[in-house]
Amino acid sequence: MEVTDLISIKTFCTHYDVPDTFIDALQEYELIEIVVSDNVNYIKTTQINEVEKMIRLHFELNINLEGLDAVYNLLQRLESLQDEVRTLNNKLRLYEDL
Amino acid sequence: MAFIDYYKTLGISKTASDKDIKKAYRKLARKYHPDLNPNDKDAEKKFKAINEANEVLSNPENRKKFDAYGEHWQNAEAFEQAKQQQQQQRAYQGQAGNYSEKDFEDIFGNMFGGQASGRGGREVRFRGQDFNAELQLALKEVYQPHKRTLTVNNKNIRITIPAGVENGQTIKIKGHGGKGVNGGPNGDLYIQFSIQNHSKFKRDKDNLYTTVELDLYTAMLGGDMMVDTFNGKVKLTIKPETQNGLKVKLKGKGFPKYKKEGQFGDLYITYQLKTPTHLTEKEKELFTQLQKLR
Repeated sequence: MEVTDLISIKTFCTHYDVPDTFIDALQEYELIEIVVSDNVNYIKTTQINEVEKMIRLHFELNINLEGLDAVYNLLQRLESLQDEVRTLNNKLRLYEDL
Repeated sequence: MAFIDYYKTLGISKTASDKDIKKAYRKLARKYHPDLNPNDKDAEKKFKAINEANEVLSNPENRKKFDAYGEHWQNAEAFEQAKQQQQQQRAYQGQAGNYSEKDFEDIFGNMFGGQASGRGGREVRFRGQDFNAELQLALKEVYQPHKRTLTVNNKNIRITIPAGVENGQTIKIKGHGGKGVNGGPNGDLYIQFSIQNHSKFKRDKDNLYTTVELDLYTAMLGGDMMVDTFNGKVKLTIKPETQNGLKVKLKGKGFPKYKKEGQFGDLYITYQLKTPTHLTEKEKELFTQLQKLR
């Protein structure tokens, strides 16, 4: 993996003003993947949006890590259902136009 | 603007303690937070309303002003000053005029132009609000990557819309929403696409569907014909004895696959048999002969 696809956890935590332990905890709950390169811990830049979301949920709404785990899984299901509804709506429109 | 009762917004009484306010806010925030309600505009509106209510009621000074002046709480200081000035004037002029709240409202309307003034006293960093926009595009515009310049908050944003985007799909443009408060990050801009299809092709994800009229003789004897695809014509070989309603697939002649450059769906063509009309006597005779052969 290219280093440009990664952001060091230290940089991330400084920028977002969150403790390193929070990121470690997210990894323990398998909510994010940490990449280790040259003894430095990184997260993938593609995961930043998700981590940002978890930061908001944890620090703004006081949702604990067990809750985050549950919420995160439900949100994924919700988003996939929303995609399915959109696809079905488009399909329905296709048949209504026929 | 209609008066918003912040107590009602948070579902609490006017005598609620700070702890009650905090509890009610947290409960409602968990219910309506945009992260927990993706693509739900109603939830977003409610979340903004409860945030506003919490900002006012969780600040003791603002709460006091809100309790005393209701919808004019933001102008409380000016209200007090104006009231004092009016009293001084009345005392000076020896008049006992009766000024209603409406009079003060007029004064403030003039002073502030009817606009809400800024609210101070926030200590917490807040992420800016997310903006939502709808962009209407024709189907042919999303057949290829499409560049658009949008104006958001007087700033021009140049975006490239990937080919194959679907009707109703939303993309996020990070950091182009409302400004963060107290150093908080900016919100995001969400653009939902409304794809108008004025073509003769029906679209289902990356597959396209169309109907082609087939004359009787080509259907019976076979032959070649030119058919329209979304981006040009192709020659199609019709097999002899092709039946009405038969569907054929033209692989890779459909719509581009979203974010998969160079990959396309398929085009499904349904043959619609067109029988000849206004037959001549000779044609009728020949058809009768054919009928007798079967």
